[in-house]
Amino acid sequence: MFPADLKYTKDHEWVKPAGDGTALVGITHYAQDALGDVVFVDLPEAGASFGAGEEFGTVESVKTVSELNMPSAGEVLEVNAALADHPEAVNEDPYGKGWMVKIKLAGALSADLLDAAAYEALVSAESH
Amino acid sequence: MSVSVSELMKTPLNAAHRALNAKMVDFGGWDMPVQYPTGIIAEHEAVRTKAGLFDVSHMGEFRVKGPGALALVEHLTPNAVSKLALGQVHYTAFLYENGTFVDDLLVYREGEQEFLLVVNAGNIDKDFAWVQKHAAAFDCTVVNESPATGQIALQGPLAVGILQPLTKTQLEPIGYYFFTHGEVAGIKCLISRTGYTGEDGFELYCAAADTEKLWNAVLAAGKPAGLVPAGLGCRNTLRLECKMALYGHEIDDSIHALEAGLGWIVKLDKGGFIGREALLAAKAAPAPRKLVGFKTLEKRDIARDHMPVVQAGKQIGFVTSAAPSPTCGFNLGLAYVPTELAKVGGRIQIEIRGRAVDAEIIPTPFYKRQK
Repeated sequence: MFPADLKYTKDHEWVKPAGDGTALVGITHYAQDALGDVVFVDLPEAGASFGAGEEFGTVESVKTVSELNMPSAGEVLEVNAALADHPEAVNEDPYGKGWMVKIKLAGALSADLLDAAAYEALVSAESH
Repeated sequence: MSVSVSELMKTPLNAAHRALNAKMVDFGGWDMPVQYPTGIIAEHEAVRTKAGLFDVSHMGEFRVKGPGALALVEHLTPNAVSKLALGQVHYTAFLYENGTFVDDLLVYREGEQEFLLVVNAGNIDKDFAWVQKHAAAFDCTVVNESPATGQIALQGPLAVGILQPLTKTQLEPIGYYFFTHGEVAGIKCLISRTGYTGEDGFELYCAAADTEKLWNAVLAAGKPAGLVPAGLGCRNTLRLECKMALYGHEIDDSIHALEAGLGWIVKLDKGGFIGREALLAAKAAPAPRKLVGFKTLEKRDIARDHMPVVQAGKQIGFVTSAAPSPTCGFNLGLAYVPTELAKVGGRIQIEIRGRAVDAEIIPTPFYKRQK
């Protein structure tokens, strides 16, 4: 449910550093489950920069909409273009095919990020 | 502040939903399934193409009986109750004196002087107090049977085929908006050919204690045909595609029956009823606003309930309900707009998170089944 090689935000995004100064960003299994069927992901243009915690897009499901907040400061290198035709990938594979943006990290990862154990504790507290 | 689960009311099917791994939400004080693991879109499509089974036990049921029953229900509702045949149902409303909504409801004619009124779960207490207050002047009894009554809705084109093997009652001859009494899976039921999805189907009322047995029997019987349990999430998208009103959205105590597009339930010539004078006056004057259906023009522009309709930076109306439509494949909604803008093909703007986006007014209902 919560892979150990990812870091998490309290708002249910994940960030996966590649080790070369870039990282992938998406939403967690818990977030996709809470949203239900995702029908549209609104993502920024490549080249846009965002601070940690800043809104970079929205994810729309049949029943609701949620903001996407950048887990760690960086510049968008690439967006997952496949989501335009297959937004359901966010539900089916939130840590794989459902990734949203690839960023160039601006410095070190945000100190506010949670590891898998801390994030799991957070969501288990939210769902009980 | 949110209410904890222990304080929420539960239907007789609560444990069954949890066993099916439903996602439960607080729906007007009730702990209800919004979806099952298959998801809202799959449940929605199952109802349109095969069948879905809903728990609607949270709905309220009042029985009105006695020599003054017909007169009371005629007084309380705008539709023509005396025109109902025994075994017939109609859609109607409780209106305030000013023509706005206390609630919308179904009226079942059980006898010459016996009616079952089916009201929204969130309005049971308010409605019962309303009916009781007016019943004092009529020779009849009003009993709130809601806690003792369960209700499930089998909806979809395969509904007759799924249900028929479970009952000796011949289902095909029951007309749309008619009902009968019979046994389903050995359980006494009121079998009603009604629903809130725009598809063929049945609403089955039974004793609260029998509801889980009935639910399990219907679910098992329909499984080979593709029947799935369906939650409130798809119930909303299904009813929205058919422009069926939802209390608190298209109708409430600030909207009157004519502007809601429900003139067809208002029989001004039937005699006196609460709200008649106000609706007569409203009919004589030009209507300032109308409920219209719209679709947004861009895939990314998904309107939601209660968003403002704007023009040159000013709010001129509001969205009542909106969602991406699984059947139509675009983003649709209903909104109150000034009458001069309420023309099919016309453009309006919806404010979505601070951005005014274009929408086109389109004909409603958005979806109509082939009969």
